[in-house]
Amino acid sequence: MKYVKMLMAAAAVLSISLFSTASQAQEDPGPAAYSQALKGKHVMLVPMAMGFDLAQGWSHYIQKEVESFGGTFETRDPNWSVEAGAQAITEAISSDARPDVLIVHAPDLNSYARLLKKAQAAGTYVILIDNPANFAADAFVGSDWDRLGQLEAEAAIKGCGPNSSKKIGLVQGDQVNASSLYQYAGIMKVLEKNKEFQIVAKPDSNWDATTSRNVTTTMLQQHPDVCAIIDFWDGDASGAAAAIRDAKLQDKVFLVTTGGGEKTADCDTLENGTYGAVVMTELHNQSRDINAIIKFLLQSGQPAGTSKTYIYTLEKATDKAGLTANSCWDLKALQAEAAAK
Amino acid sequence: MASGNWGSVKSLSQEKIVLAITVVMFAVAAFALPGFFTSENIVSIVRSVSVLGILALGMAIVIIGRGIDLSAVAIMAMSVAWYLQLLNDGTTDGTALALVLAGVLATGLLNGFLVAYAEVPAIFVTLASGSFVFGYVRSQLITQDAVPVPDGHWLQLFGGVRYLDVPVEVFIFAALAFLIFLLLRYTKWGRYVYYAGDNPIAARNVGMPVRPMLVLRYVISALISFIAGLLTAASLHSINTRIVNSTLLYDIVLVAVIGGIGLSGGKGSVRNVLFGAALIGIMLNAMTIIDIALIYQNLIKSTILLAAIIIDGLINPRDEQTSQQGDI
Repeated sequence: MKYVKMLMAAAAVLSISLFSTASQAQEDPGPAAYSQALKGKHVMLVPMAMGFDLAQGWSHYIQKEVESFGGTFETRDPNWSVEAGAQAITEAISSDARPDVLIVHAPDLNSYARLLKKAQAAGTYVILIDNPANFAADAFVGSDWDRLGQLEAEAAIKGCGPNSSKKIGLVQGDQVNASSLYQYAGIMKVLEKNKEFQIVAKPDSNWDATTSRNVTTTMLQQHPDVCAIIDFWDGDASGAAAAIRDAKLQDKVFLVTTGGGEKTADCDTLENGTYGAVVMTELHNQSRDINAIIKFLLQSGQPAGTSKTYIYTLEKATDKAGLTANSCWDLKALQAEAAAK
Repeated sequence: MASGNWGSVKSLSQEKIVLAITVVMFAVAAFALPGFFTSENIVSIVRSVSVLGILALGMAIVIIGRGIDLSAVAIMAMSVAWYLQLLNDGTTDGTALALVLAGVLATGLLNGFLVAYAEVPAIFVTLASGSFVFGYVRSQLITQDAVPVPDGHWLQLFGGVRYLDVPVEVFIFAALAFLIFLLLRYTKWGRYVYYAGDNPIAARNVGMPVRPMLVLRYVISALISFIAGLLTAASLHSINTRIVNSTLLYDIVLVAVIGGIGLSGGKGSVRNVLFGAALIGIMLNAMTIIDIALIYQNLIKSTILLAAIIIDGLINPRDEQTSQQGDI
């Protein structure tokens, strides 16, 4: 009996090891399917312009990923012109090398809607990034601007503190851009709940730093006891910062803004006290989300225009105390990496 | 010359109308808007229009000589963006400044040469050269739209300079205005600008060097644009080339035309630029205090420009002898 037991145990061990070697030798079907679905796919990015940190960051991270799975990646630079963007999309749809995935940074709610529907009808997946639009894209990846506005307002209230004048000034973007309108709505939601805080002025900057400086100068003269200013984007907040600096109110006015988390634009300026808090869209994480949805759509087998997914980037207001080595990404480093290639 | 019309029969010049509107607007705002009539606010009004005013001075010289410079904003933004990019890349200040100045001079010379010698209409030459300057610098020389001033650079310190609590831009605007006033009023070259603008053919017939003078006007305009760009960068600690796509160019023409500098040439002076700048500055400041949304501000601004051009056309009808349609 002893031998029988030993024999059975040996057989069991042998069979387990055999099985396991068999399963080790068996190939994982995933990589082949992945490669087959993605290889040679054509991805195109049409931002509002190529010349600013967000577009350059997205393009870097998406290109890296697309080329690594054997696809081709292209960008078009409309240079802030809606017409040029529309033309780029039109040409992309009608060309022989129609992109399989079109990533669009919409300038406003409506401009590209019909063109993008056409793209989907032709079989191109459309991903909207950063700015929402009145169009059912296959996916939207970007900020929940309402939530972002709430985070800004909370940061401003915290920056003011309970013993302050409780007066907050806004420097809006413009009156047509969804990111500006939704940000404003979010800010107002928080202020509804904090009735002791009030908005004393809310001029537009038209996303221009000089205009931001001029309106902030006027705002600070009208209301010298403002305790916080929310400027809707780090690009024009440099103007609001200049006005605060000119009025020698750096220690009294807490400047909150939003940005793409680029090092010189956001982290360095938090570090030197130009900005009090920045709600960063953490572009590297956002780009990872874009890449994930590209890979999903191309493998899904579903026709373009049949799904509607929202992927909002996880955001928080970062202040100087909350800065870590990983808070920002560095455009210069990305450019150096691209140049070294 | 229209600027000599004070008290003459044609006393209702556009300049006077604009001055009257400005004064009324100032009085109403001072009375109705709390915080408007304070020395800080007046200084900030002047400051907010000083870069615009400086650019309008350059434009005025060109327009008085019967031309127009649509490349001013492109030269302003792109020259300074290139300068800062060179500094950020480690070029020494002297070399960077020399290179950029050479570029600015070359653009002014090219504009002037094409208008004066190739006889291409100024509006086309400068429209094209502005696009070229933007496209070339943006694609070949700088890496992104906004270029920061390097830490500790003199421009940063310069932007913070105050004298009697008045920012440095205001003094530079005043100095340039005075200099150009002297140039136009008291030099032979300045008088010739009016003659050439009023009747270029007659000016040439009496032996004025009309063409070289025309080239020089575009060179001066380019240099003034560069100065305006440096001041912008000094105050914001960076320059954003997106400004080329903004309404700034129209605002410059607005300041010049609304002040009473006729687009047909030969008329106007530095005083007109100052009146135009005052009107725009007071208007923008008051609209910001009242919290009028930007789209309405642009609408109001453009309506006033349209009205000014119509009034200009009624008060200064084209002279059959000297004017040709589509000159600029």
